[in-house]
Amino acid sequence: MGLLALFRRSPPTAHVAKERLRIIVAQERRARGGGPDYLPLLRRELLEVIRKYVNVDPDAIQVNVEREEGQEVLELSVALPERSAVAPS
Amino acid sequence: MTETIVVTSGKGGVGKTTTSASLACGLARRGKKVAVIDFDIGLRNLDLIMGCERRVVYDFVNVINGDCTLKQALIKDKRFDTLFVLAASQTRDKDALTSEGVKKVLDDLSADGFEYIICDSPAGIEKGAHLAMYFADRAVVVVNPEVSSVRDSDRILGLLASKTHRAEQGNGGVKEHLLLTRYSPKRVETGEMMSVSDVQEILGLDVVGVVPESQDVLSASNAGTPVILNETSDASQAYDDAVSRLLGEQRPLRFTDVPKKGFFTRMFGG
Repeated sequence: MGLLALFRRSPPTAHVAKERLRIIVAQERRARGGGPDYLPLLRRELLEVIRKYVNVDPDAIQVNVEREEGQEVLELSVALPERSAVAPS
Repeated sequence: MTETIVVTSGKGGVGKTTTSASLACGLARRGKKVAVIDFDIGLRNLDLIMGCERRVVYDFVNVINGDCTLKQALIKDKRFDTLFVLAASQTRDKDALTSEGVKKVLDDLSADGFEYIICDSPAGIEKGAHLAMYFADRAVVVVNPEVSSVRDSDRILGLLASKTHRAEQGNGGVKEHLLLTRYSPKRVETGEMMSVSDVQEILGLDVVGVVPESQDVLSASNAGTPVILNETSDASQAYDDAVSRLLGEQRPLRFTDVPKKGFFTRMFGG
């Protein structure tokens, strides 16, 4: 620590902090804002069951919880493949 | 009518207990009947900050277990007749607090005519923190203008919005307020520290107070006199403003700008 250190300022980094926080907070809010904690597991298990019958793409299943006039609605949508391919059994 | 206010943050060491003690004193100084409860089971500290550590006979868990009455466990403050402290237990049993037990204590305080109950939450998102916020009507989220504190408090906001009685009832949820502590206007001006509006923008909360970084906070805890009572201190006045805002009064923010230096201070430092 020399004499010069007395005159040195910490670099302005507040804007970096703000930008990083903005991104991570938005991402974490999306992750939990999607609904209750059990949604990702529910989605995975539903996918397993559906795949026993139809060979769907992992991205073809949408599970959402929506609030409508005070009640919560669990919405499940599955896009079936064009020629409903039969699962290998 | 009783209002239950949780003082919470997620991250440790940001000033929850300091804030709880000062808000409780500020409300009592305005003649309100106030109870302040330490929810940090196993790590009791509110008693030290309030300066009543040698008068703790019974604690929160004793009341819940029926070892004593609520009246026996409430420690009356020496400065204000309408202020009472309920100390945390020093037990290592993490399950000592139960939801039913906490509810009963809060209901009994309410029946006893308490107007404000301040719940001093432990850090983290475990059971103690959960129970401290569960029955709250309002939340004061204590944040330092620093990345980990801001991120953790956003996590707490998520819990306030989902894991509280008010959220479960769907009647408007818990009203949330932001209280910034350890704020340094000088470092904000030089771009080293996030500003009030930066934090506000990220979290999307109303600001109920901005407490400047102050050496008086340490001397206050050394002495067991909540910093709000050291009236010459900037931190004290900032906390007093926060109390006013909690009571619905309008107060402009103070201590958020760098004071203009006079000739002598500029020449000789200060």
